Amino acid sequence: MSYIKPKFHHPQSPQNDLGYIKSDYEGAISTLCAGCGHDSISSAIAQACFEMAIEPHKLAKLSGIGCSSKTPAYFLSNSHGFNSVHGRMPSIATGANLANRDLIYFGVSGDGDTASIGMGQFVHVARRNLNMVYIVMNNGCYGLTKGQDSATADVGSVSKAGSKNMFQTVDLVSMALELGASFVARSFSGDKAQLIPLIKAAISHPGFAFIDVISPCVTFNNNVGSTKTYDYVREHVKYTSTVDFVPEAEEITVEYAEGESKAVKLHDGSYLQLQKLAPDWNPQDRFAVYEKLHRAKQTGEILTGLLYIDTESQDLHQLLNTIKQPLNTLNEKDLYLGNEVLERINAGFR
Amino acid sequence: MTKINDFVVRFANVNGTGSASANNMFAKAIFRMGIPVSPKNIFPSNIQGLPTWYEVRVSEKGYLGRREGVDLLVGVNPQSLTQDIATVKTGGYFLYDNSKKLHKEFSRDDIHFIGVPMIELCMQHYSDARQRQLFKNMVYVGTLSVLLDIEMQVLVGIIEDEFQNKTKLIAPNVQALELGRNYVKEYYQYPLDIRLERRDLIGNKILVDGNTACGLGAVYAGATVAAWYPITPSTSVVNAFEKYAKKLRVDKESGQNKFAIVQAEDELAAIGMVIGANWNGARAFTATSGPGVSLMTEFLGLAYYAEIPTILINVQRGGPSTGMPTRTQQADILSTAYASHGDTKQVLLFPSTPKECFDMTAQAFDLAEQLQTPVVLMTDLDLGMNDHISEPFSWDESQIYQRGKVLTANDLENMAKFGRYLDVDDDGICYRTIPGTHPTKGSYFTRGTSHDEFARYTEDGGAYTRKAERLLKKWHTAKTYMPKPLFYQEKSNQSLGVVFFGTTTYAALEAIELLENQGVKLDAMRILAFPFTDSVEEFIAQHEQVFVIEQNRDAQFRTLLINELEINPKKLLKVLNYDGSPITADAICQQIENHLNHAKPQSNHQYVVHKA
Repeated sequence: MSYIKPKFHHPQSPQNDLGYIKSDYEGAISTLCAGCGHDSISSAIAQACFEMAIEPHKLAKLSGIGCSSKTPAYFLSNSHGFNSVHGRMPSIATGANLANRDLIYFGVSGDGDTASIGMGQFVHVARRNLNMVYIVMNNGCYGLTKGQDSATADVGSVSKAGSKNMFQTVDLVSMALELGASFVARSFSGDKAQLIPLIKAAISHPGFAFIDVISPCVTFNNNVGSTKTYDYVREHVKYTSTVDFVPEAEEITVEYAEGESKAVKLHDGSYLQLQKLAPDWNPQDRFAVYEKLHRAKQTGEILTGLLYIDTESQDLHQLLNTIKQPLNTLNEKDLYLGNEVLERINAGFR
Repeated sequence: MTKINDFVVRFANVNGTGSASANNMFAKAIFRMGIPVSPKNIFPSNIQGLPTWYEVRVSEKGYLGRREGVDLLVGVNPQSLTQDIATVKTGGYFLYDNSKKLHKEFSRDDIHFIGVPMIELCMQHYSDARQRQLFKNMVYVGTLSVLLDIEMQVLVGIIEDEFQNKTKLIAPNVQALELGRNYVKEYYQYPLDIRLERRDLIGNKILVDGNTACGLGAVYAGATVAAWYPITPSTSVVNAFEKYAKKLRVDKESGQNKFAIVQAEDELAAIGMVIGANWNGARAFTATSGPGVSLMTEFLGLAYYAEIPTILINVQRGGPSTGMPTRTQQADILSTAYASHGDTKQVLLFPSTPKECFDMTAQAFDLAEQLQTPVVLMTDLDLGMNDHISEPFSWDESQIYQRGKVLTANDLENMAKFGRYLDVDDDGICYRTIPGTHPTKGSYFTRGTSHDEFARYTEDGGAYTRKAERLLKKWHTAKTYMPKPLFYQEKSNQSLGVVFFGTTTYAALEAIELLENQGVKLDAMRILAFPFTDSVEEFIAQHEQVFVIEQNRDAQFRTLLINELEINPKKLLKVLNYDGSPITADAICQQIENHLNHAKPQSNHQYVVHKA
């Protein structure tokens, strides 16, 4: 199905700094199930981009295969999108980013697409610190093929068909930390107040920004006994901090009590203002975060919020020492070498 | 009988003992004496310890294919001694290290044994263990220079070139040569009845391997992104790209690179990166071999269906599975031509020489962007990893990169309606946009799912069929872009034809001459590309029978011709070689003669055999 939404909008719809209205950041009508967590995330992405006044054509949406990977059709229709093959979005994103470092690369994947078939590419895109946002819409099951367990299903979690998952779960957040991802967050599709600033921060982060978003599957994994239902997540969620994204131009106005807040300056000059709910939480201490995540897992708590950030990391372009000018703008003038050089090379083969 | 400039020398070495540079020097010396020469590495999938051979054919007539039968064998590997001695032709020579006495069981009455105490000489003159091993190789080159009449000043010149930056090493290398020379002069008669004489048959040609040519071709074509996964025999393609890019593509002011190379986690990621970069408007490529192509197949289907330029260099090796990683074949023809599930056809180019590797790599970038589809350069281990005499590289400075139908922001402003897959020009090739071009126009959703003219998802049978048929129309358009086949006669006038491609060319051209000497005349065609141009079909139609020479078991190229041109299979006769060594002219002659002899009793003078 492919609907075109009506273009009509209220003349007084609020505009962002570029003069765009919210609907300029929307996409085609979703074909996912009513109540799907993924649609909330799509809407949060559109809202974050609207509020940040991103030029839609300066962002490219990329995905693999699965319910989650369909969503780039449902937001930012003025952006180029690429729905690639199953589990391989990271390589497409890597190539695209190498070609033009000036765009924002927004990758959307699912738990099957990332934690199973795409595990290899996820691992390597994280360790290369590609400058991109990587969102996993994580529902613990395969929706498009009717509800099989995925690798992020918790041990003992019960599927709609009534069977218990016997296998160890893949915790993508811990993995991302282990692999050296420079921005790691977790959120919940039902909590836009937390998700939207996290997405903004991820966009601003100049490296691999990973957000694991628990996003219940209303059709195949919202039953009693599953650990990825709306009810279960709400009962077990624990906030590490609340996050406020403060763009470069604005001043920090909210005041927090000493020791409760922390401002993290990002490379583009914007700030993340964290109000810490756990007093000893330090999102810049990779090892401490790693330990806390593991402890929380044992007690069944789902830690959310900005879990880790490294503001000094070097992205792939810096590591490869590529020129500032996007490679896709180099033309004959920049690249032609001529016959004289070639004649010298020929001489070396005589 | 004295044979001037017409013999085969084979070196039997141990992998990892530094013999390669000495052997290369031997071949290069012959090249610099103006004599056609064709060296081939025969090496194991191993880093150190196993047997390795280097075979050098010298041919004044310019026959550069492999030839069976060894006239002189340099046997410095005790492991393969029995086998090595057995390969020498009757009347030939076996040059060996007699520091240790050769056991009687190895003796043969019909060949000449030339013992030179290589290790002993090195023990006497060098104290360092590594030097003793390395200079032993130079000792046998010195020995050969006397036996075969290699000009000493040519060898010294090569040493001087090689050690330009380490001039201290020149004298000891020359000394090692002299050790070998002096020993032979003292104890043996020289030169042998097989030997060299300076000629002027090389002109301005160069001696280089195909992989280097592909890497350099990619630099000249303006490739800025390379993604790859190491695999023999393709690794040196990206190595060469990197080497030249570091020399020629670093911004002088900032010291920053105008290129990006990523060693990917596997071939799937490598081709994914190439597709992502080309989608986003950079020229990107990868290089691999058979197992890598198998892994890339799903992505090649995406690039075909979503119409994204993709450049792949397939340096073929022996398959299936891991197969023979260090041996040559042309055995990925069908798997690459139809790479991917579903109805798919991929554009292939078949170079035969390093110059063609250079030119066709560059052409592959133009074709991929003009046709918005994958283009695969089908080379092989023999072409990629062995040195070949080639026309020098050249570049037409007036040409520009053919970027195909890409819309600018201005184009988008001035057009009524953009549809990514609208066939505006009625040639099956549509207009694409690069992300970031225009704030509100030209964006679309690239997908491997079925889509309509506006890149929207659809499962409508009509829309699906329109797309499938438009891709077929594009395929027909592609024929007009392909390099045309080469013919080796002004026009067809024989009833028998022969078709070949890639590295088979060397042996095929020699075989055609040998057969002609025996009175068998053949019209010849070398195919350079798939889809086949109309002239391919015409040539086959003009002949009663056509031999198809190729290097795989199943006659894959023949199948491709039959399948694409709807040719009666009986018309195309198989001439094959698939043991992992480059095909020889003798093998071709024998198979063609067998076909002709078998066919004679049943046919009524079907073949016109001209007696010389």
